[in-house]
Amino acid sequence: MTIRWRGYDAASSYDELVRPGGQLRNAARILGRRLAQLDDEQIRQRRDAAELAIQTMGITFTVYSQKQGGSIDRAWPFDIIPRVFASSEWQRIEEGLKQRVQALNMFIDDVYHDQKIVKDGIFPAEILAKSRNFRPQCVGIDPPLGIWAHICGSDLVRDKDGTIYVLEDNLRVPSGVSYMLENRQVMKRVFPGLFENYNIMPVDDYPSQLLEMLVSVAPTTARTPKVVVLTPGIYNSAYFEHSFLAQQMGAELVEGADLAVDDKDRVFMRTVQGLSPVDVIYRRIDDLFLDPEAFNPDSMLGVPGLMRAWRKGNVALVNAPGAGVADDKVVYAFVPQMIRYYLDQEAIIPNVPTYLCMHKADRDYVLANIDKLVVKPANESGGYGMLIGPHAGKKEHAAFARKIRANPREYIGQPLLNLSTTPTVVDSHAEPRHVDLRPFILSGREISVTTGGLTRVALVKGSTVVNSSQGGGSKDTWIVDDMEDN
Amino acid sequence: MLSRVAENLYWMARQIERAENTARLVNVNGHLHLDLPAKARTGWDPLIVITSSENLFRQLYGNPTDKNVVAFLVSDPRNPGSIVSSLAAARENARTMRDIIPREAWEQISGLHAQAGRNVQKGLLRPSRDEFLRSIIVGAQTIVGMLSGTMSHDVGFDFLVMGRNLERADMTSRIVDVRSADLLPDLGGGLRPFETIQWMSVLKSLSAYQMYRQHVDQSVRRVHVLDFLLRDVDFPRAISHSLGEIEACLTHLPNNKDSLNVIKRLRKLVSDADVETLEQESLHAFIDRLQVAMGDLHARIAQTYFRTNLPV
Repeated sequence: MTIRWRGYDAASSYDELVRPGGQLRNAARILGRRLAQLDDEQIRQRRDAAELAIQTMGITFTVYSQKQGGSIDRAWPFDIIPRVFASSEWQRIEEGLKQRVQALNMFIDDVYHDQKIVKDGIFPAEILAKSRNFRPQCVGIDPPLGIWAHICGSDLVRDKDGTIYVLEDNLRVPSGVSYMLENRQVMKRVFPGLFENYNIMPVDDYPSQLLEMLVSVAPTTARTPKVVVLTPGIYNSAYFEHSFLAQQMGAELVEGADLAVDDKDRVFMRTVQGLSPVDVIYRRIDDLFLDPEAFNPDSMLGVPGLMRAWRKGNVALVNAPGAGVADDKVVYAFVPQMIRYYLDQEAIIPNVPTYLCMHKADRDYVLANIDKLVVKPANESGGYGMLIGPHAGKKEHAAFARKIRANPREYIGQPLLNLSTTPTVVDSHAEPRHVDLRPFILSGREISVTTGGLTRVALVKGSTVVNSSQGGGSKDTWIVDDMEDN
Repeated sequence: MLSRVAENLYWMARQIERAENTARLVNVNGHLHLDLPAKARTGWDPLIVITSSENLFRQLYGNPTDKNVVAFLVSDPRNPGSIVSSLAAARENARTMRDIIPREAWEQISGLHAQAGRNVQKGLLRPSRDEFLRSIIVGAQTIVGMLSGTMSHDVGFDFLVMGRNLERADMTSRIVDVRSADLLPDLGGGLRPFETIQWMSVLKSLSAYQMYRQHVDQSVRRVHVLDFLLRDVDFPRAISHSLGEIEACLTHLPNNKDSLNVIKRLRKLVSDADVETLEQESLHAFIDRLQVAMGDLHARIAQTYFRTNLPV
């Protein structure tokens, strides 16, 4: 059974490539026709080629497994049919993301200074008071250029009617960008012909943009700034990405024990030539483990004195400690207001309608409709700890209702979106599978957005869980020029 | 270069070298067994003493038998010096340096570890042991060649070469020790003829027999073999050669004074040794002194380059 678009049925979802009835969307036309020309054997060959490329390129992610005695390296699950955006649509998304991140950075800076947004009655003080990611240690600090969230990964989803929403903003240590880059390399090996005939926008300059951004926030101009990537180490699930990005940027990959802060609050790394100064740290360690002097005293991953050095302006930390205050699903609900308040604009990309359980009217609505809504904890990531009302039983509904009543600040409710689908190879034909998209936004002297991002796909039929730790895979994402004839 | 990365490179090289030389050690003892008449055989337990693992062995196995000594040295994951453990540790070290080590070399390291794990039963059975040990030696040599041929010969490479040569010098001294007097019975009387054969075994286990024949105008006799394995500057497994390699690396590095002094001391120890009189007990005692000095050299390198600390 080969790929036949006539019989392809996305059922009740919006499909990214195929219109209802089996007609291909404009931007996907060449791709779709090419795929339909492949016979079973050829489809299998392409799949095998992709799998082999992933193996030999060593693209892996780490999962913790008690049974296998620790963490294991797993090959990255990948689907060979890319997800395609028309560049005209992408331009709007890009603008929307820039607008959003700009407002978020202004919000974080405000929160650690005068809190004008609170004083002006736009943002409730009680949310900050109970925020798990607000860091009192950061109050009054002025990071270079006033930027806190230098790297943001915002998750986008498309609903049934075609509207794109922001589902969440990841402002702590968002990961996935290395897979976006590697997916493109794999696709070039598997479908070289398509890249010759299509105007697909490149993604490969991300590492140079990242390095440029990191250099732009360096506290010193006296010498070429020394940039390092700080990793918790090989057992971290994103270690592949840490080492990949360091390698691509030509930066040193360091662990906490490789760094030291002296009594003048300067940061050094330990090298065989002696101590060598460090200016910018792209840290992939959570706030609370960064510096045992300032945060968790038991942390073995961090660097004692790092916060002192940062506070003094001797080193740039990217993302800045405390940036996670805006990475909270309750704070998320206020982003459209932030955009209005700081930028005097309307949000270009809407939020998913969100009910805040801390407000009585919203809470009553969530409790009354718990079987229809998605309920999420404010501070979890990776899809953990949430309730998908329509897919859960009465017992789970009751359990979540209890959790909400006990701790209303920590929960939000959202309608269950009907996530869009995109054709995905199953055996040797294509079936619709749900997807989301994580673009990455860099903020330094300028703001830039990746062309596309990481498309994550739920490989299990009907599932909307796209996390790689829970049966998700990924696809290459193409921004295709639709201004010219394709 | 980060101290941690330098240390990892150094240890990775040592562990690969250790796996190779443990294979050579088991090999030489196996051949000695075949060469000696039954009444002169000492069994396998001397290897436990030579690898300085008496305590661990006693804890794990109690009394040594031929079988459990070989298992301890080849396949036991609880022995950090076993072939399988050394390769696992080398792979784990390499895994943290994927950005530093050329991909082909990484694949070779990972592949040798997997291959050793798959075939470990062969290493335990007499008929296939030789083949297994040879595959470890060839695999380790392939890694050495791959690294030398694909990795920049920069500071990191210096640490790799130092680790390899320090481990090699140490293990060559241990392999020579197999023949030293505490461990083998005095081959007096009618057993003299076997002496030559035994020293040939030692040379062969170090892949040194051919080079010895080419470069030493003497028959295979204890005094000449010792002189060759201790003092030859060209043969890559001879102790003097290994020390020379380490010395050359150190001259590229900063703060090398203390380490170079230890090398100087080691070289003097080797050159002053009177191989004519190094019989039996005195050979073993001499090798002990050599190993202590090599331990000092390691400690000095670690102190200078791996534990860079803030000035206090």
